Amino acid sequence: MIAREPLVLGKKSLKDVTDDICRLVETFPPGRFVGVFIAAATLFAFYIFIQSMIVAYGMGLQGITLPVMWGTDIVTFVFWIGIGHAGTLISAILFLFRQKWRTAIARSAEAMTVFAVMTAGVFPILHTGRPWLAYWLLPYPNQRGPLWVNFRSPLIWDVFAVSTYATVSMVFWYIGMVPDLATIRDRARNIWRKRIYGALSLGWRGTARNWNHYEMVYMLLAGLSTPLVLSVHSIVSFDFAVSQLPGWHTTIFPPYFVAGAIFSGFGMVVTLMCLMRAVIPGFKDYVTMHHMENMNKVILVTSLLVGYAYGSEFFIAWYSGNPAEQFLFVNRIIGPYWWAWGFMIGCNVLIPQLLWFKYIRTNIIGMFIISICVNIGMWFERFVIVEGSLHHDFMPSAWNLWHPTFYDWGAIIGSFGMFFTIFLIYTRLMPVISIAETKPVLSVGHEAGEHHG
Amino acid sequence: MADLITKIESLVRTRGQKGVAGIWTDEHELVEAARKTREAGIKKFEAISPYPIHGIDEAMKIPRSYIPYITFIAGLSGCTFGVWFTWWTSAVDWPLLIGGKPMWSLPAFIPVIFECTILIGALTTVASMLVINGLPKVDPPVIDPDLTSHKFALFVPESSGDTAKIEQLFKSFGAKDVRRTEF
Repeated sequence: MIAREPLVLGKKSLKDVTDDICRLVETFPPGRFVGVFIAAATLFAFYIFIQSMIVAYGMGLQGITLPVMWGTDIVTFVFWIGIGHAGTLISAILFLFRQKWRTAIARSAEAMTVFAVMTAGVFPILHTGRPWLAYWLLPYPNQRGPLWVNFRSPLIWDVFAVSTYATVSMVFWYIGMVPDLATIRDRARNIWRKRIYGALSLGWRGTARNWNHYEMVYMLLAGLSTPLVLSVHSIVSFDFAVSQLPGWHTTIFPPYFVAGAIFSGFGMVVTLMCLMRAVIPGFKDYVTMHHMENMNKVILVTSLLVGYAYGSEFFIAWYSGNPAEQFLFVNRIIGPYWWAWGFMIGCNVLIPQLLWFKYIRTNIIGMFIISICVNIGMWFERFVIVEGSLHHDFMPSAWNLWHPTFYDWGAIIGSFGMFFTIFLIYTRLMPVISIAETKPVLSVGHEAGEHHG
Repeated sequence: MADLITKIESLVRTRGQKGVAGIWTDEHELVEAARKTREAGIKKFEAISPYPIHGIDEAMKIPRSYIPYITFIAGLSGCTFGVWFTWWTSAVDWPLLIGGKPMWSLPAFIPVIFECTILIGALTTVASMLVINGLPKVDPPVIDPDLTSHKFALFVPESSGDTAKIEQLFKSFGAKDVRRTEF
């Protein structure tokens, strides 16, 4: 029989697991953490300034101009929503496939999902131009008729998909955390910590009857989240695919977008896990090289999938015999945005092929650089799709390029400040690894080791 | 301020039952003890563990959770609501001709109907779990704070049997600690 890889390194007892994971919540963060946090929070403050200016003065501050009316906001929205897909994939789909290695990374990946969707949600709301009227997107009884929203519009589908996804992934994340919050409550010596975590844990007691229903609910949520996560990026892709524009009007878009989302999401999980392994003592025992290697394999597979999708788009453009479509795809390679196409192919298809080598797949520096490349490449993929299709549309007299302004760059870079500030707060307030899910897999891979002492 | 909070807490606190608790340090011993407790004729008792234990349901004869049926009905209701709502708003209450599409354009409504199914199904599932498990509880009595970390317990309320006899039973099942407590 092939020996199973241990999921938790070091011979840890149940109490060691509790101590290791709760310690992060119970101690004051070291100076290194405070430094990183201040940097992220400063960037976040800058982001709030940028977005406040856009709210105050209008969308004209950003470089959108006819015919490129979808600029930074839409590209960056799709980018962050895509990142938000890995968390639910890890926590729901890998759960249904009984992949035990998911336990160590599921919690942080789900947190990443929730925060990435929050970061993403800001963009379309501000892109409406009048964000204080964004609630008009919801179908509620109003005094204008009532005039209902247009359910035939892909943009309304998107409102439903993203808000449902945000709600269900937050609930999934929180329900998964309830038993661990009870652990922190029971260890608390400070009365306020006991009260706050007591309230958050809902008074969880862990009786066999509770666990019986709890486990069933966890499985049901995984079952509901799986089609949900696949639907969300499909519906985001409908924003483009349902239109008539060459480069957008393709049937391959839903699976192509989902593969890209998983690709970018795993890229971000690897980035975050490399950082957490570096700054959190003892984290390496839980998120082992085995976990990192598995995630790199997923990145490699999805890199091949998006590479296939890029190729397939070119094939169909040629095979369809449609001159507008053919012009567009040639224009992607040799047109004014050739460099964006180059970034996309280089970072998403070529560089991840290095992961075929086990040496690179198990090298932290190597995988960290590749994961950053994946993040950059996936932003450019959305840029190629949005700007690359809009700037040269049907009428050559209407052609125009997109010229990013200070407010475009500020919104893109600042959104990382928002994401990392929230993520860093999370790492010190919530259990970053599922305590209750790690304990049952403690023995995995240690069975054979018993004989060797 | 602190006094007021303490006073409110004592008013809304979840009250427990008096009874006997036995504490074990190994999950397999707990499953064994739970099986023997049930075989000794004690009907109503609780097993408390920091994580879900394989085999405890069989040992205590806890039936399979019935929440999937609730989820199914909730999902179906969400789907029905989605179909009705898109139809009623688009074709009945204020029909607007958009892009020459039919008023009742079902294929275009499927994404919204699907999201309604998932949203109502998922939220009802979680809500029913909370109701069935009697959550949220306000500061319920805790037998031992280590029960959410590395210890396991059985608890028999006073109403389920003679206290002294149960203490004897737990000791004979190898409990590391037996105490009269509230849960």
